[in-house]
Amino acid sequence: MVFRQFGAASVIAATLALATPAYAVTEIQWWHAMTGPNNDVVVKLANDFNASQNDYKIVPTFKGSYADTLNAGIAAFRAGNAPGIMQVFEVGTATMMAAKGAIKPVSDLMKEQEESFDPKSYLPAITGYYSTSKGEMLSFPFNSSSMVLWVNLDALKKADIDAPPKTWPEVFADARKLHATNPTCGFSLSWITWGLIEQFSAWHNVPIGTKANGLDGFDTVLEFNTPLETKLLENLVELQKDKSFDYSGRTNTGEGRFTSGECALYMTSSGFYPSVKANAKFSYISVPMPYFPDVKDAPQNSIIGGASLWVMGGKSPEEYKGIAKFFTFLSDTDRQIYLHQASGYLPITKAAYEKTKASGFYEKNPILEVPLKELTNKEPTENSRGLRFGGMVQMRDVWSEEIEAALAGKKTAKEALDAAVSRGNQMLRQFERTAK
Amino acid sequence: MENRAIFSGKLLPCLLILPQLAISLIFFYWPAAQALWQSFLVQDAFGLSTEFVWFENYVNLLQTPEYYHAIGVTLVFSALVAFFSLGLGLLLAAMANRNIRGIQIYRTFLIVPYAVAPAVASVLFIFMLQPGLGMIARALQRAGIDWNPVLNGTHAMILVVIVAVWNQISYNFLFFLAGLQAIPKSVIEAAAIDGARPMRRFWTIIFPLLSPTTFFLIIVNITYVFFNTLGIIDTATGGGPSGATQTLVYKVFQDGKVGTDLGGSAAQSVILMVIVVALTAFQFRYVEKKVHY
Repeated sequence: MVFRQFGAASVIAATLALATPAYAVTEIQWWHAMTGPNNDVVVKLANDFNASQNDYKIVPTFKGSYADTLNAGIAAFRAGNAPGIMQVFEVGTATMMAAKGAIKPVSDLMKEQEESFDPKSYLPAITGYYSTSKGEMLSFPFNSSSMVLWVNLDALKKADIDAPPKTWPEVFADARKLHATNPTCGFSLSWITWGLIEQFSAWHNVPIGTKANGLDGFDTVLEFNTPLETKLLENLVELQKDKSFDYSGRTNTGEGRFTSGECALYMTSSGFYPSVKANAKFSYISVPMPYFPDVKDAPQNSIIGGASLWVMGGKSPEEYKGIAKFFTFLSDTDRQIYLHQASGYLPITKAAYEKTKASGFYEKNPILEVPLKELTNKEPTENSRGLRFGGMVQMRDVWSEEIEAALAGKKTAKEALDAAVSRGNQMLRQFERTAK
Repeated sequence: MENRAIFSGKLLPCLLILPQLAISLIFFYWPAAQALWQSFLVQDAFGLSTEFVWFENYVNLLQTPEYYHAIGVTLVFSALVAFFSLGLGLLLAAMANRNIRGIQIYRTFLIVPYAVAPAVASVLFIFMLQPGLGMIARALQRAGIDWNPVLNGTHAMILVVIVAVWNQISYNFLFFLAGLQAIPKSVIEAAAIDGARPMRRFWTIIFPLLSPTTFFLIIVNITYVFFNTLGIIDTATGGGPSGATQTLVYKVFQDGKVGTDLGGSAAQSVILMVIVVALTAFQFRYVEKKVHY
């Protein structure tokens, strides 16, 4: 009898012993869009977090491009098995926040899970993009960059230009001078709408749309077809004729034109740095984006690009606990410093920025501080906090189409901007209708 | 002695066609019905709010000038691709249908491009034709031609047509070659003895006898340009510049996947389906009359 009871107990004990590890570790799926060295960073972060404790396991999965990852997440949600954490690029923000039942705002999550979380410890220029107008953080910033002007100093010298341009009129003049030595391209840029519309508006403190660029409501109306924007586009159309300015496409496929030496002035993401460092065979520098000096508030502050981590809705309390702990882990000052210096992503906490600055890191690597100086140049206004337009992914294509029409001489700059605004507004109304 | 099996009853034939029927139902009728249903809805990306709107998606679609532009682009694109891929496929097949040394090697090399995925084909051609990067692009620029598919719509169209044709030639080549080899040598020899020169032999004997193959290929090629060129366009031009290479199927993809407007996208695919069905029916009704089996 005693033996029997002992036997039963030992069976139960053995079962428990076998089952416990499998049940105790909560797995959290993290879908992301990072390739190459950035993928390694994601994997390292997950491994470090998993090694730091025994209750949760972050499982990162690469899902393709940013758009692919977003679509995979949407499809998974519709099929009822969304991941716990999803990396979404900045222009997908409105789509995600409108899906109220599908996501869990980060500020709510941190409050519920009682993780120490002070929204003020993050850089407002970065978190503002992912927060409500009241300042509640919706998603957790992950990889952020901003736009800078990359300058080929050797080419400038060859064209008798003393210093890198600071203003748009200087860029136009330098592009003309560079044309003599670089006949196929003086100045160019990647991410055409990010540069010419999104960053340009924030940098000049003018609105892209009403309602604080959509942050205050989905009933926002686009209004960037102003004389200022028209002036910029008209100048570029004029320069395109002899290729003093030459269009390089909608995304960043043209970036090689800078590192090959073809385009001496090239505006693109600050995240371009590793490629420049590896490939440019000339002396280079990056400087803040140009501005029109006759605009009162210019330069204001730039906005970010990149992606943030969204927490999906309908998960178990254990998963939420684990995600909250992971975000606390990511916010750690030394970890932020490591990420910033190793990957070139911007740090998201003020403490990490200050500590890096104090360590003298930027004196050796001034290029890494340029985007931070741009982002923190002034306190963000409602024109420069960020933007939140529904259907922004496709809207960028629509705006690009119109800019292309202007550059190809099929429409005037004003006609193209008017069309971009009116087509964009149609998309916003369609989105507003489904977002209720 | 009759060597034929005779089956009685209806059960066995029904069972035998069941798998095919199931495949058609699951992979064609069911998604088509879903697309039709979706085209009457306005829905957000996550499917959290749904509104039944009858034909509003269709009405909106027919009011956008970009849609008509896409129809025009599709017609030009499919005509060019079908013409060149069929024409070149036939030319190469006629050349390869001769007894010359190493013919097997030529034939194999001519079939290889079909094994290349459309997106990969695009990337290959981008490497050659991207301004500032590609060898051919540089050669063109040195020759004084301002080759610029990023901004020039005509150049972008030429680029996607080249990739689409290159990708499809092998398929057409293979079928034309098989068709040519099925033509009895005696007929051609008789014509040659009667004094018909190669060109005349081709147009009066070979081409008519090849018509079943040609007809089949026309239908397959049209379906190919309408649907399978999506990957090529997405990789090479992204529908740009300013919509110059945005075909109907690419717009379905753009609005549905990039714009997450599922209702509008579904309405477009329903229209596209109707167009292709009508086109195929038309070909079977009228063009097939000219085919000699």
